[in-house]
Amino acid sequence: MNIAAAANETLAHNSNVLVYSAMAIYTLAFVAHMAEWVFGSRSKVGRTAAALTAQATAAAPARADRQGGGTAVLERPKVITKTAAGSRDVPDGPGAAGGTEKGDLYGRIAISLTVLAWALHVGGVVTRALSVQRAPWGNMYEFSTTFAAVAVGVYLLLLTLRKNVRWIGLPLITTVLLDLGLAVTVLYTASDQLVPALHSYWLWIHVSCAILSGAVLYLGAVATLLFLFRDRYEAKLADPAGKQPGAFAASVLERLPSAASLDKFAYRVNATVFPLWTFTIIAGAIWAEAAWGRYWGWDPKEVWSFITWVAYACYLHARATAGWKGRKAAWLGLIAFACYLFNYYGVNIFVTGLHSYAGV
Amino acid sequence: MSTKTDTPRDPESGPAAGDAGNDLGAAGSQLSTAPREDVTLPSLGPLGWVRWFWRQLTSMRVALLLLFLLSIGAIPGSLIPQTSIDPVKVDQFKTDHPSLGGIYDKLGMFHVYSSVWFSAIYLLLFISLIGCIVPRTWQFVGQLRGRPPAAPRRLTRLPAYTTWRTDAAPDDVLDAAGRLLKKRRFRAHRSGTAVAAEKGYLREVGNLVFHVALIVMLVAFAVGSLWKSEGGKLITEGDGFANSLTQYDDFKSGAFFDTDTMEPFGFTLDKFVATYERTGPQKGTPRIFRADVRYFSGADGKEHKTSIEVNSPLDIAGNRVYLLSHGYSPQVTVKDGRGKVVYKGAVPFLPQDSKNFTSTGVVKVPGARTKDGKRNQLGFQGFFVPTFGGKGSGSMFSQFPALDNPRLVLTAYHGDLGVDSGLPQNVYQLQMKNLKQYKVGGRAVAQMMQPGQTMTLPGGDGSITFNGIKTWASFKISHQPGNGLALTGAVAALLGLAGSLFIQRRRVWVRAEPADDGSGATVVEIAGLGRSESPRLPEELGALAAALEPDAPLAPHPEDTVEPTDSDGPAEPSEGARA
Ligand code: HEM
Repeated sequence: MNIAAAANETLAHNSNVLVYSAMAIYTLAFVAHMAEWVFGSRSKVGRTAAALTAQATAAAPARADRQGGGTAVLERPKVITKTAAGSRDVPDGPGAAGGTEKGDLYGRIAISLTVLAWALHVGGVVTRALSVQRAPWGNMYEFSTTFAAVAVGVYLLLLTLRKNVRWIGLPLITTVLLDLGLAVTVLYTASDQLVPALHSYWLWIHVSCAILSGAVLYLGAVATLLFLFRDRYEAKLADPAGKQPGAFAASVLERLPSAASLDKFAYRVNATVFPLWTFTIIAGAIWAEAAWGRYWGWDPKEVWSFITWVAYACYLHARATAGWKGRKAAWLGLIAFACYLFNYYGVNIFVTGLHSYAGV
Repeated sequence: MSTKTDTPRDPESGPAAGDAGNDLGAAGSQLSTAPREDVTLPSLGPLGWVRWFWRQLTSMRVALLLLFLLSIGAIPGSLIPQTSIDPVKVDQFKTDHPSLGGIYDKLGMFHVYSSVWFSAIYLLLFISLIGCIVPRTWQFVGQLRGRPPAAPRRLTRLPAYTTWRTDAAPDDVLDAAGRLLKKRRFRAHRSGTAVAAEKGYLREVGNLVFHVALIVMLVAFAVGSLWKSEGGKLITEGDGFANSLTQYDDFKSGAFFDTDTMEPFGFTLDKFVATYERTGPQKGTPRIFRADVRYFSGADGKEHKTSIEVNSPLDIAGNRVYLLSHGYSPQVTVKDGRGKVVYKGAVPFLPQDSKNFTSTGVVKVPGARTKDGKRNQLGFQGFFVPTFGGKGSGSMFSQFPALDNPRLVLTAYHGDLGVDSGLPQNVYQLQMKNLKQYKVGGRAVAQMMQPGQTMTLPGGDGSITFNGIKTWASFKISHQPGNGLALTGAVAALLGLAGSLFIQRRRVWVRAEPADDGSGATVVEIAGLGRSESPRLPEELGALAAALEPDAPLAPHPEDTVEPTDSDGPAEPSEGARA
């Protein structure tokens, strides 16, 4: 008994060391990302502006791209795509590095450091789980560390799938550092067992889905926020008579993907996890039925999950409704994510309910 | 809402279709069954207004507004105390903020989720939903019975497009294309010089299933609250419960629940097991709660053993028995002035602090007499702590939730308990009106007892002995019909939602016509239209083109009449690479 307890204490200690090390390396990654952005700013890009001015003159219909002369080797027919009406036909920005070699180098360093930090981070989460011999999400400290690990994991997964998501690196690492900082200072709870109400395999299902949904919705919210900035930027460029963006804003926003791409990314991410979030709530209801004798009782946590869910349904409807696409829908998406955040921090800290396992 | 199929421009059919709508006519419409927005005011006349109102209510815009209102309306209930969750807190709030409490009361803020305005929002939403689903279903059935719309004149306008020349005859190419599309599970048919095909109808099915499932869930919720019954029962170890109205400590039921036909079942609490964290910062946090019970169900009364834990209720005769909480029942024996045992039993004390179980309770002994045989009802008021902190601690607050060092402190009263009046009384409180406290030399008689100790009453009025402690557990016994329906609805909603969000509905047209330069070659064009811009559509089009090539091999272009496109190079094959 005592030997086991001591072993667990060692594991818990190791977990803390790993989380702190991960934070140190994330900080280095953050610095490298900053360097990437700084070096990238030395390049002159201006592709967006060029595209926007060109667009006004030549709205050429799509054409088959078949040059090469009659006797040339016969190539496969190419598929031509046309962007949607209403969206500006501008190319994506070149990314933080702005096409500079030095910036790119720092960007790669940042990603390597992120991978390393993430490995330590996951190690910290796993040793914590081993030390308490249960899923590592029994209190807010564990929830926050796991949440950040999953968010970074999803980001790295998208990178591995060769999706163009490098632009999300800096904002993501910044918030991961904030989240972990909050976790190890304000929210820290020593590793321990769960109260009986949390002894259930539904804990695994319900909370893991909640964490995964939240982490992915977070990426969607970042993209949505950047979309609002980038969209404003493109709108300013498209109207040469109006107020033009400042040099700093132009330098940063120019390097992001186009507003249309950001919007699409956000939509796809949100729409993909919406069913998972729906499932999270259903799983929670099933668990509540087993634990408290009713599947739905308007407990504050349940209310805010419901509000979050309805807010995302609003967002999806807005996307499908003419006149609500674009900025209005984006605002709805941000409100919806704010609801998710409030459900997590706000309800745990300010509101008491049956879900009081916050441990703060 | 209109179900016309020849809408010239359908703003709802996705960005691509909306764009192409001007040129594409029917081809671009109906890719979704979303209702059209219509904001024009009606021509006057009551019928016109009714129709206008109905159209507004069932429009997506209003659905969106109602959804938004629903989420905002749900907020106050999570921040203001609710009667259904914590009535004590509501009363507290009303005494703390009398004027605000009055306003809140009028607005139904203490029972938000059953208030008129909240109900109005979701009922309107569900009327809107039904008004939306029905025409959409008909429209969709119409689409299923019809054929994919014919190819638009200028395929180049579509979001994904490809073309090549071949020497194969147009008819052969079109036959091959028809075969190919059908093999890929498109619905395809030939019209004129083109094949029109469509796939992904399950998306619409999923969307309709999802919205219908929402209604199913609402119905399940209503059934659950109209036919439910729910009651609480506190049981000390060794005691039992049988399901009838009189046995419950408190009971509430839905409007249609019939209390005359309650299922016959019951159970006995044999033992309650609780363990707590003994060390570390979370010392005192509960680890195991388990109620070991024997239960019977039906008329035969055969007993079975089981245990009930926090996350695993007992299912019994259509009811479920949940373990809610627990506490301690000191066992006492009371003798009166004649030396007769007038009370012997375990009295449940209620925890005042939920962490360490400092508890209070009363013992009422109506049958006691003085040594002269005069009626002298006795009442005891007491504190119980499972773990006393020791003399020096100076307080009667428990230090730990388990029975490590239990103490019972009692003060005694005599007189009239008020139990003979026939009015119901709180069993956890003494009615002090006609009671007098026992005092010696002006000081109240009180004694702190360990198990086995006895407190003697002054004047030879008797004694009370603290024999030991039993544990009590409180249970919730609930009957909730509609749970199965709610779960079915939830699963259907989830499946429908997945179908609606992950299945792409798209149309593909293949046109093969003789080249107009008189060369005798055939120009093949393939174009696709999705409900939203998807990276998969161009990929799929590429795959279709590749699969069609054996039947329509590429022929050299006679002359390079086509201008090179914009210097940005080949069009991006898919925006997946970007996003
Ligand atoms: C109870 C509230 C409702 C919820 C939670 C809800 C949720 C959803 C969701 C998640 C989608 C999928 C969005 C997508 O395809 O991107 C959707 C689609 C849709 N909803 Fe609702 N909905 C609700 C009420 C309504 C109402 C009242 C209407 C009718 C006016 C409606 C009409 C539609 C339509 C037409 C679509 C398909 C959009 C399209 O295919 O483009 N919904 N809904």
